[in-house]
Amino acid sequence: MINLFSLDRIYHPATSVLRQLGGMALMFFSSIFYAFRRPWKLNYIFKQMEFIGVKSLGVVLITGTFTGMVLAIQTYYGFRKFGAEGLVGATVALSMTRELGPVLTSLMVTGRAGSAIAAELGTMRVTEQIDALIVMALNPIKYLVTPRVIASFFMLPVLTIISDFVGIVGGWLVGVKLLGINEGAFINKMIKYVDLEDIYDGLIKSACFGIILSVVACYKGFYTAGGAEGVGRSTTESVVIASVSILVADYILTSLMF
Amino acid sequence: MDKDTAIKIVDLYKNFGSQNVLNGINLEIKHGEITVIIGKSGGGKSVLMKHLISLLKPDMGEIWIDGVDITKLKERELNEVRKKFGMLFQEAALFDSMNVIDNVAFPLREHTKLPEKEIIRLAEEKLKNVGLSGFGYKMPSELSGGMKKRVGLARALINDPDIILFDEPTSALDPIISLTILDLIKETQERFKKTYVIISHDILGMFRIAHKVAMLYNGKIIEYGTPENVKKSENEEVKEFLKATGIPGFVGGVL
Ligand SMILES: Nc1ncnc2c1ncn2[C@@H]1O[C@H](COP(=O)(O)OP(=O)(O)OP(=O)(O)O)[C@@H](O)[C@H]1O
Ligand SMILES: [Mg+2]
Repeated sequence: MINLFSLDRIYHPATSVLRQLGGMALMFFSSIFYAFRRPWKLNYIFKQMEFIGVKSLGVVLITGTFTGMVLAIQTYYGFRKFGAEGLVGATVALSMTRELGPVLTSLMVTGRAGSAIAAELGTMRVTEQIDALIVMALNPIKYLVTPRVIASFFMLPVLTIISDFVGIVGGWLVGVKLLGINEGAFINKMIKYVDLEDIYDGLIKSACFGIILSVVACYKGFYTAGGAEGVGRSTTESVVIASVSILVADYILTSLMF
Repeated sequence: MDKDTAIKIVDLYKNFGSQNVLNGINLEIKHGEITVIIGKSGGGKSVLMKHLISLLKPDMGEIWIDGVDITKLKERELNEVRKKFGMLFQEAALFDSMNVIDNVAFPLREHTKLPEKEIIRLAEEKLKNVGLSGFGYKMPSELSGGMKKRVGLARALINDPDIILFDEPTSALDPIISLTILDLIKETQERFKKTYVIISHDILGMFRIAHKVAMLYNGKIIEYGTPENVKKSENEEVKEFLKATGIPGFVGGVL
């Protein structure tokens, strides 16, 4: 059986993409496995929910609002050419809930929290804090990885819903208040064309992205080698890998869903 | 395995890539004794210590603790063994997300059901022992290297483990604190008769408190015995190593 804890993994880091993927999958499954083992570390999970969720609120609000606003402008000038301005609201809402809400939120959280997770676990690794946990007969996956994965899984959909909402409000502000689209048409078409399923699917996607970004960040941090420089490398790699994986996964999930 | 043997290391080998770090270590560490491991910097002392608690797996060889070869154990069984251990890391390895008192209290919080009040009392007592009462609510980043070391020492001692591993407990400490820590180690060991394994470059101090001294050289234990015997060792490498300390009364030292 592959030993997740043995330091030898650090000294012989998995270099091939396939082995890294395998390592990440293993880390994900063991983090879920240990989540169901006593003692439950609820306070650890809440702390991470605060860090990953609550503290990301600011960036998510700003990106969501501006995305909705710019969408409204772009679609307005496009649709005006064939007199379909009334569809701007529906377009903004569909793009936000199905695509941009989940994806942009996940990318922002990757940049903010994913990088921090990789840096923190990486520092814990190179300063032997992870070893200290192991020596105390405590499972580092359970203490460090599980709370972060679970917190991301639950917080990403919450952040996404908020992003969807402020995006639509932003679109409404620009479309109705600034560009003068008929408010009735804006709202009615939106309600007519957006199904609850669009929102659900977006939330499911964002939960998956939450798992991706947290597992990648934890994996990269957990298996950091090479001092401060190594921590920097892990952090960068985790952001790049997680962002790319999110976009690829987005395509796959979307083509399965709609 | 003898009843008075706490840890028995048999033919232990470890390579990092092409570098042989441990080259057939054989050593028996006795119950209730202080065993000091000396050897040159980069010689593999910390690597050896990490094997004793299975942070590293050997390429070959056995490590027997209480009648089981821990190199063959699974992670869950290892954790039962590890609960008997305490360890002070060379760089202290304090959790920097927690303040000092939480660091010291951590093993108690995770492994005992003691009431919170009692945990805090014990942690403060241990901090006082290492001369750091009043620093409980600082973060590790606000401490000096030597202070971190002492917090790490308090944490290693807190749940009265049977076997304690110290990786350079007195490095980075001024001579006075260093003496205090030596006395603390000696006193606690005499009181509770636990097994202590200490890596140190503080030859003079350690020869004072050690029951046994082992010298690691080229990945092997080339000398093992009481401090008196090791001082008088005929082995060339041991002589040279001790001579370099320049301490009167040691082989080759000024008499
Ligand atoms: N993570 C690692 N990867 C590769 N080689 C390592 C690693 N850790 C230790 N080594 C090698 O093992 C050798 C022994 O290291 P170790 O840390 O055990 O030395 P030491 O005897 O504790 O030295 P010091 O007294 O300076 O602490 C060193 O030469 C080092 O290069
Ligand atoms: Mg060392």
